[in-house]
Order: sequence, then structure tokens, then C-alpha cells
Amino acid sequence: MTSEPTPQTLIPAPQLQISPEKLTSARSESEPSAVRLFLNSRGSSGLADQGFAALMLLCACSIFAIVGFIFVILVLRSRLSLAQFGSHFFTHTGWDPVSGDFGAFPFIYGTLVSSLLALLIAVPLALGVAIFITELCPRRLKAPISFLTELLAAIPSVVYGLWAVFVLVPIMRDQLGPFLVKYLGWTHLFEGANFGVGLLTASIILAIMILPIISSLTRDIMQAVPNSQREAVLALGATRWEMIRIGVLRNSRIGIVGAVMLGLGRALGETMAVTMVIGNHPEVPHSLFAPGYTLASVIANEFSEATGDLYLSALIEIGLALFLVTIVVNAIARLMVWAVTRGAPARIS
Amino acid sequence: MGVDILVESLNAWYGTTHTLQDINLRIPANHATALIGPSGCGKSTFVRCLNRMHETNPDARATGMVRMGEIDIYKDASPVEIRRRVGMVFQRPNPFPTMSIYDNVISGLKLNGFRNRRILDETVERSLKQAALWEEVKDDLKKKSGASLSGGQQQRLCIARAVAVDPEVLLMDEPASALDPVSTSKIEDLIFHLKAQYTIVIVTHNMQQAARVAENTGFFLSGKMVEFDSTHKIFTNPRDKRTEDYITGRFG
Amino acid sequence: MTSASVTNTTPATPQRPPLRHSRSNGMRRSFMDAFVVGLATLATLLVIAPLVAILGYLLYKGASSLNLAFFTHIPAPVGEPGGGMANSIVGSGIVLLLASFMGVPVGIAAGVYLAEFGRGKALAAAVRFTADVLNGVPSIVMGISVYALVVLKQKHFSALAGGIALAIMMVPTITRTTEEMLLIVPNAVREAALGLGVPKWRTALSISLRTASPGIITGCMLAFARVAGETAPLLFTAFGNQFWNFHLNEPIAALPLQIFIYAISPYDEWHRLAWAGALVLILLIMVSVTLVRIFAGRGILKGNS
Repeated sequence: MTSEPTPQTLIPAPQLQISPEKLTSARSESEPSAVRLFLNSRGSSGLADQGFAALMLLCACSIFAIVGFIFVILVLRSRLSLAQFGSHFFTHTGWDPVSGDFGAFPFIYGTLVSSLLALLIAVPLALGVAIFITELCPRRLKAPISFLTELLAAIPSVVYGLWAVFVLVPIMRDQLGPFLVKYLGWTHLFEGANFGVGLLTASIILAIMILPIISSLTRDIMQAVPNSQREAVLALGATRWEMIRIGVLRNSRIGIVGAVMLGLGRALGETMAVTMVIGNHPEVPHSLFAPGYTLASVIANEFSEATGDLYLSALIEIGLALFLVTIVVNAIARLMVWAVTRGAPARIS
Repeated sequence: MGVDILVESLNAWYGTTHTLQDINLRIPANHATALIGPSGCGKSTFVRCLNRMHETNPDARATGMVRMGEIDIYKDASPVEIRRRVGMVFQRPNPFPTMSIYDNVISGLKLNGFRNRRILDETVERSLKQAALWEEVKDDLKKKSGASLSGGQQQRLCIARAVAVDPEVLLMDEPASALDPVSTSKIEDLIFHLKAQYTIVIVTHNMQQAARVAENTGFFLSGKMVEFDSTHKIFTNPRDKRTEDYITGRFG
Repeated sequence: MTSASVTNTTPATPQRPPLRHSRSNGMRRSFMDAFVVGLATLATLLVIAPLVAILGYLLYKGASSLNLAFFTHIPAPVGEPGGGMANSIVGSGIVLLLASFMGVPVGIAAGVYLAEFGRGKALAAAVRFTADVLNGVPSIVMGISVYALVVLKQKHFSALAGGIALAIMMVPTITRTTEEMLLIVPNAVREAALGLGVPKWRTALSISLRTASPGIITGCMLAFARVAGETAPLLFTAFGNQFWNFHLNEPIAALPLQIFIYAISPYDEWHRLAWAGALVLILLIMVSVTLVRIFAGRGILKGNS
């Protein structure tokens, strides 16, 4: 083909099969219809198109604006506290609005311990549920069980708190607490007076609350593993568990870590239920029974009664810290989940 | 009524791939013109350049001149204006799933702001009759969704939708490739009748189909138009060796 | 637990004959299999248990406290029996309506940008990522941000501030669902409209959005249900109110806020009302979520049954 001259030179002008008279007669046969005249009169609507595209883009960019505005306003409003305490703010213990001494360490401690403890409880359960739903569950039960765990996600935080105050707290005080002291007292984790409210109760309610998000994301991720992977392992004579472990879990581990981190992000920022049962005491607790305080709950409790600019500023700085930490945790988690599900959006509700 | 189409040194690219290379031809009004060639030869890209649908892909661009009647489509008008003059039928039937049969037919009018009820009613009947679908659907025009029809009926609905705007040119991109033989023959009959009123350009990979419906045929290969002539000539006495190889099935 | 069961059931040493080895190995493997299946089932039961416990207790406590006065009266002063949450229910309605008016159009428009204009663009990927990250920002942070921006400017709490805080929370969820639903609309349908000379804006609105509308409505309902139960963002914005208020510029009562206030109060009468309020709130949310499940199950394209 390349040795030939260009094809255009070989092809003569196209020969039409019809005479020119027929062409012209066809054209002048009738006037354009009403429909045709109307459509020809319509403009190019280029302006409308550009305006619409710009409006959509503006709305999309409003998401950047929201994040930017939250960050800027939090930094501006916490200037006072940032200037006064510097980095010391986060390592200092002591929270005395009267003397103007503010250190956020007890809240950081309380947030981290309650969230990690909640993960410790929730992750194995969530994995169990996800494995059960994707790999073991009879087909008929699949939808109802997924639906129930999603309902769990739809219950508002304040209702969890209400239930925790009136049901979980008495159970912790009268049954589970004494039980833990009796059998696990040697660990020195369960010491001091047990009023039912405290770090452990907060962790349990947090665990219940983050379970649905972890299990539903893990389920999505495990379902994204191609069936051929499962069949390949089964064909080697593996049992069901070996199939799950080698064929499924190994393939989705990055995504599962991402799902767990998303759960962590939720736990770090969870406010109402925790505020209602953690005891709200600004000291570093030495026992899981002891009352604690978290970043989110100190804001919820003290923000509206914060008198004095420094006090308010310190609370807003806590909010800023919470914002930055959850952004980082969520960003890492999203990247991990995306890596597995290839950008398919993860539904959160 | 149809207009003739004059194409001069048309070039098109997808990204860095040169999909159409210097195409020149003249498509006569009120006749059917078939474009044949192996898949990936550029024939679909070529018809998409005729109504500037090519540009809806952000990676695509085209240069050259295409004149439809009096209008140079790349100079004198916007893509939207061109597409209102040119009807297009796609490879797979694509009726609007949320619209009734009636609304599907007049969608090109309604979505462009046409409101006259009497003319809309007339247009629906005329178009469905032209597409030979009227008898089958006239009783549930507004009850049934366009997506509830069979594949062949859907494609005829799409043809009705395309002719409802009374276009000057009708482009068909392998309109029967997803259909069964009975539906295919119905579509071919239609094309035979419609060419009295419109300039029809039909892309097909089926050479018998080209022979049955078109007066003129162009053969595309690797983004170039190898030969354009009367269908009879192309199929009985092609000028180019590559055309002969293709139509006799000797093509790689 | 894995290592424990391994040491218990595999006394196998390299010297053992291959047959014995494989048999004991097989026993270990099938034991392990049954063990894990049991654990997963147990975990599922453990997860469903609190749900049943919470819902059951809520139903028991809430239903016994619900009466007509709950829906018609405003809270009674401390010490007086009776009273209801009529103003909170209406207040929640007002704040949610405000939030929807602001959040839904912006969210849908951002989703339209992602699906119709931004395909393959780096900017769209950045918007998508930011929306997902914003989704994870704690609601209390939204609360203090809107406080700092709106309440401090206005010098008082207001229904409007509450609406803004909730609207901000709705946007990322709606954006992502809208995008997801628009991506399901086949490209052939868009091409059909463009091929008829329909302008791009009209194609996006009348074809793409309309085809995807059942799914998008679902997404909006889910976002709505999610923020309907939010308390933290309202604490320092809508603030709460013991009386009727219909002015957007004044503090307003909201159901979750009132539940919170009553739950942490020391009065039995108020606890009773908190349960009733929680039941009403959860019924509203569950009804909308369940409706959504039913609609979503039908598939988004009406024609393709």
C-alpha cells in the first residue's frame, strides 16, 4: 500500500448516477415545512450552553469553597489560642477556664483511646458480618441482613445516646462492670469506682455506631473481588475459610484497611452519643471505667457557655484539630478504598 | 427535501490517531449512499463528521470543508444548528427510556422549544407512518414507553424520531446491525422509500445491504476513501484492487 | 485464635508418614473452616442484637409515652406535667426545608458537572475526592464553622444558621449519588438527544437528569434522612427554643436538639418525652429510608423493567 501513489490521485471525481435535472427538480418540489422553518430559526444556544456549564462548574467548586471556608474561619477564630499556647496546647494537661489555662491533651487522649477501643470491638465483628454476607449467607438472607445493618447506620447519634444513657449505662454499672473486674481485674484496666459512664461505655456505643459503615464498605470491597479468584483457590482443594482467607481477604486487604480508617474517622468525630455517656471530665483517665472527655464532646458541652475570647478560641482550636485530623484520616482511607474499587463511589449514609 | 453534500479534504483525529485522511466526495441529494469497509476504517467517524457529532468526544477534532446545500457546516453554523438539519440513526436503538412513544417521536421538536399541538400531532402520525410503525403503535402512543417496544420497533421509532424534525439529510450508522433479519428487511424497505425525500447516508458492514438500498457506494480503508462510484460499478467492476479484494471476501 | 488452633490440632512432625499427616491436616482444616463459619455467624448475630435491642426498647418506651399532646403542645415548664414537642417537629421541618433548598440544587448541580462535563478531567477528580473527604468531617465542626461565620455576624442564633450547617452536610452526599446515577444513564441516550440538535444544557436537564431522576431522588432522600437526625451541627446554630418560632432569624427548636436536652435532664417526665421524640424521629427516618430501598430496587430506568 505504501508503495502506491496516494489513493486520491487514483480516484477520479465521483460519477453520480443521477442527472442534474432530477436533482434540481427534487429541490424545488416543495416549500420547507413549518417544522423545518421553526428549527432553522432557532439560535445556536451557545450562550445558554456556556452559562449552564459555568453554573455547574461553580456548584462543583463550591465543595472546595466549603472546605476552604471551614479551614480559614477556624484558623481565624482560634488565632488567640494559637498565639498564646502554640504547639504546647496539644501536650498540656489542664483545662481551667477560670484561670485561662487551656491544654487539650486529656481530650486527645480520650478521643484516641475511645476510638481505638471502639475499633478493637467493631472491626472483628464488622469483618465477620461482611464475610457472612458475601461468602456464607444463604441467598435469601442476604438482602434482609444488609438492610438491617444499614438501618443501624440510619439511627441518629442522639438516639444511640439516649439508649446508652438509659440502657447501656445501667448494664455497665450493674452487670458488665463487675464481671470485668472479677475476671479481668488483674489487667488493672478496670479500676476505681464504676458509675456506668466512662471511657468503656463510650467505646461500646461508638463501636455499635461505626460497625455498619465498616461492614458495608468491607462488603462492597469483598464483592469487588472477581469470582475467578475464589474459584482458582477452590479448584486447588481449599476449604471455604481458606478460600476466603487466600482468595478474598488477601485481595482486598488494602480496601479493608481503608474501610477501617473510614470507621476511625467517624469515631474520632462522633459527638452526641459519646458526650452523653463518657462522663465529661477533663483529666487523663487511668481506668476504662473512669470518666473521660473527647475533642468533639468538649466542644458540644462547653461551646455555648464559653465566656471570654480565649476560652472560645481554645475550643475552636480543638475544632480545627478535629477537622485536620479527620481530613487526613479520611483522605488516606478514601485513597485506599479507591485503590480497590477503582473509583467506584462508596455510598455513605 | 434533501440537499447534496460536498466534502473537501476532510481530516479527523481521535487524540493522536488520524482516523480520517483527506476525504473528498460529493453525495447527491435524495439518494441513498452507502459507506462500506472493514471495522475501524473510519466510515462511522465520517458520518459523525457530517453532523458534527464527532466533536462530542473531547479528544476528537476535524478539519476540512463539508457543505450541505448552501451551508458550510464547520463555518456557517454551530453544531447544534447543524444537527437540527441532519437526522441521525445510531447503531443500537436508543429511544429515550423515560418518554412515551409519542414524546419520543417529537422529542427533537419539543426539546428545541416547539409547542404547536396540532402540528405535533400531525408530525407524530406522519413520522410513524414514514417509519412504518404507525399501525403497530397507534393505539398506545401515549401509554407505552419507547423502551417497551421490541428491538426492531425501537429502531423504527428512532427513525421516526429522526424524520420528525423534517431533516435535509438522514445519517444512518449501521442501523440494522443489532437487529434480526426480519427487522433488517423492514429497515431496508424504509430506506428505499425515505430516499425520495431525504439525502441518506448509510454506513454498513453488510455489502448485500449496500447493494440493496444504495445507488452509490464508497469504500473506506484505514481512514482513507479508496473508491467512490455507483453501487453497481463498485460491486461488478471496481477500479481499485483493494475494493475488489474486499467485496470478493479476499480481504485479510 | 488462629495460632492456638493450629498448635492444638497439628502435632505433625516431618517424620510422620504422609498419609497420617494429610489426614490430620485435613481435620485441622475442616475444623478451622467450621470455626470461622461459626464466628462469622456469631458476629452477625451480635451486630443484629443491639439493633433489635435499641429498636425494641425505643418502641416500648416511646409508644407508651406518645399521645396527642406530644404532637400539639409545646414543652411544659419544669415541674409541670404534660407538654409536647409540636414546636420541635415544626422547627425541624423548617430547618430541613431550608437546608434542602440550599443543599439539594448545589449538590445536584455539582453531580451534573462531574458526570456530564468533567469526565476524565483532573478538576473533576479533585472535586470527587474533596466531596468524599468532606463527607467524613465531623458534624460538630460544621456547627462551629457556621457559628463563626453566621451566628457571630448576626450576633444571635437562628434557624437560617441551622439550615446552612445542614445544607453543607447534604452537598457532598447528594453530589456523589447524583454523579453515580448519571453515570448509569447510557451514553447512547445522550447521543440521541445531541444528534437531534438539542443543546447540551437541555440534554443534561431533560434527558440525563430525567432518566436518572428516581436514583437522584433516592440520594436526596438519604441525605435528608441523614441530616434529619443530626444534633451536633444545630447546637450552636439553631440553638433550640422552648416556644413556637416561625422567624428564620431567631433560634428555633429541632427534634434531635430537644431529645438531647431532655435526655440529659434529671426529670422523669422529660425522659419520657425524649423517648417519644426519639421514636417519632426514627420512624420518620426509617420510613424515608425504606421507601428509598423500595424505589431503588426497581432500577433507575423506568422503561427497562
